[in-house]
Amino acid sequence: MKKMKITKTTKNNLITYLMVLLAYIAVQILLITGNISSLMKGLLVPLCIYVMLAISLNLTVGILGELSLGHAGFMCVGAFSGAFFSKCMDGAMPDGLRFLAALLIGAAVAGIFGILIGIPVLRLKGDYLAIVTLAFGEIIKNLVNVLYIGKDKSGFHFSMKDSISLHLDSEGQVIINGAQGITGTPHDASFTIGIILIFISLFVILNLINSRDGRAIMSIRDNRIAAESIGINITKYKLMAFSISASIAGAAGVLYAHNLSTLTALPKNFGYNMSIMILVFVVLGGIGNIRGSIISAVILTLLPELLRGLSDYRMLIYAIVLIAMMLLNWSPKAIEWKEGLKRFSRKEKGVK
Amino acid sequence: MKKLNKVMSVVMASAMTVALFAGCGNADAGTEAADSAPAEENAASEAEAAGDAADAAGAFKIGGIGPTTGSAAVYGVAVQNAAQLAVDEINAAGGINGVPIEFKFEDDECDAEKSVNAYNTLKDWGMQMLMGTVTSGCSVAVSENTAQDNMFQLTPSGSSVDCVKYDNAFRVCFSDPNQGAASALYIGENAIASKVAIIYDSSDIYSSGIYEKFTAEAANQPFEIVSAEAFTADNKTDFSVQLQKAKDAGAELVFLPIYYTEASLILSQASTMGYSPIFFGCDGLDGILNVENFDTSLAEGVMLLTPFAADAEDDLTKNFVTTYQEKFGDTPNQFAADAYDAIYAIKAAGEKAGITPDMDMSAICEAMKGAMTEITLDGLTGVGMTWDASGEPDKAPKAVQIKDGVYTAM
Repeated sequence: MKKMKITKTTKNNLITYLMVLLAYIAVQILLITGNISSLMKGLLVPLCIYVMLAISLNLTVGILGELSLGHAGFMCVGAFSGAFFSKCMDGAMPDGLRFLAALLIGAAVAGIFGILIGIPVLRLKGDYLAIVTLAFGEIIKNLVNVLYIGKDKSGFHFSMKDSISLHLDSEGQVIINGAQGITGTPHDASFTIGIILIFISLFVILNLINSRDGRAIMSIRDNRIAAESIGINITKYKLMAFSISASIAGAAGVLYAHNLSTLTALPKNFGYNMSIMILVFVVLGGIGNIRGSIISAVILTLLPELLRGLSDYRMLIYAIVLIAMMLLNWSPKAIEWKEGLKRFSRKEKGVK
Repeated sequence: MKKLNKVMSVVMASAMTVALFAGCGNADAGTEAADSAPAEENAASEAEAAGDAADAAGAFKIGGIGPTTGSAAVYGVAVQNAAQLAVDEINAAGGINGVPIEFKFEDDECDAEKSVNAYNTLKDWGMQMLMGTVTSGCSVAVSENTAQDNMFQLTPSGSSVDCVKYDNAFRVCFSDPNQGAASALYIGENAIASKVAIIYDSSDIYSSGIYEKFTAEAANQPFEIVSAEAFTADNKTDFSVQLQKAKDAGAELVFLPIYYTEASLILSQASTMGYSPIFFGCDGLDGILNVENFDTSLAEGVMLLTPFAADAEDDLTKNFVTTYQEKFGDTPNQFAADAYDAIYAIKAAGEKAGITPDMDMSAICEAMKGAMTEITLDGLTGVGMTWDASGEPDKAPKAVQIKDGVYTAM
């Protein structure tokens, strides 16, 4: 029928792009007509951030097949480097250009950290890798908490003790103030930028998966020894996937930093809780399923906010919903039931 | 599988859309009513912009934000309870200018991002003034939004400098620098000690903020800082190293700009190692006498700079503490006192400004901004409190010493 044969994967990817695009258009219509609540308006950028985090972690967990529990660490690196740059360059560059540069820097720094961490860490496998990445995330968080950087006329000052030992002159400004983090990052993040970043991340990840490199990465996941025996450079491909995943997380971190005016590395936002939260998005959405990650990240970010009406019980309900969703998605009985449903619908079709 | 995928994505996409609609304003505007919801929302948001005339005609809507779950829940719950107490009292006495107050408190889990969500939720509810947020980091993040919306904000306990950066934001508690400098000044002027050691929590904004200003001010004072040791939230159970260093340096006074839980451990560990300097703290030490399984005789002689002591003898404090204990079965801490004062400050400023519930939040904010600088409040945390346009309160810090197991004013 059609001139160009659309393969199954292309079609699948197109559905993913289309889904994001439709969500964007729907929200834009709501925004223009003013039919959106302040809560939803405030949640739009965080939604983009979590979607980016989920799809980037899915690259490590689903495609590379390694369990990483330090994803929030990369986000933290990106957030702080991006915010640091914005804080230094505020006023010196046009806003749009500065934010773009901050995004690139955040992504690049997180990517470099991904390589640095990846070189030793990716020699490990399975549980060991998970534990080491977990430790890495915590180290990053604690390092940022004791980091003091200030700027005055004579340049940058750096300390690991406190802001007094920076010895700034009277006009000096403390940029990273230890546990108090960075305050006053310009508010540059918007929903449109978030969606554009999601599109870029999707484009990078989906193209990688369907490329020669992506197949090499997946072959490592499926059978390391077999992959090695046919001459695939395991370290190279592992590092590639790991650092791409890290730099997308870094870009998400920059978006996060430019959405809130205060950036502190608390266990809540950059600790292992956050890493596990992102992992939950990935597992619930389906390991290796990019579209699923997007949907589950959106649902699981919205859920606690929509449950606000239940006040203190909402965390309990949230946990129960989480368990119920996991069971429905992945228990053998539920899968069997879904298969049954599928067979039934196929039969219906056949009758027609 | 393809078929299933398709079905699932349709289901999920529609679930998302439904969630979007349900998220708008009324959570009650159920999923079935997705089509009719926009009209309602539209009306609601217009009404909000026009002053929320319809549904707030009879009451002022004051919102509160703070952590009621998570590790900082103690503070959030104290603020929530005390604010509710003040609101009930004011409503029983006829409200602000004869108009009752509606109060709603939202949880932020001590997370800046959640705090902004909580703020937006309250805004959808029709909040006209914000009493919050409880913790500094969240307060800074939310103040960015309140400044944008021109919403009046009064934080009971957000003590970092940036909390009141904008002119719509005020606070009840002392700022961190204020406390640090006041402590150093107090120690210096009263010649309490000549060698001072500091133990502080470098991972906590409150603690490191006070520490820095204390050290800065100490340079102008006749005492010397002989050791400054930090701990972090991850290792706050063993303080023997820090104490040993202070002891070796010959410190006569140990300054503890930390919260009471860790301070109680420091006190008992110091007593075990036979080290008994003067301990001096800030408002975070308030509550140390209520720590479970803590031998209060160890706290004998501890000095603290605090705006509120639950054992104070004046009628206001006595009434507040009794009612609070009756209602919530707990002794109120300084956070509770700050929140109680915050609600009364809103009442006083509201009466001064002559605000009415049919004004929109921006008009209320403009009126309140001016009125806040004109009122004088006799509250739990200070007598004759006044505010200036910068948002900082002007009240005298009270130093109290623990004598015979009770706080005694000095």
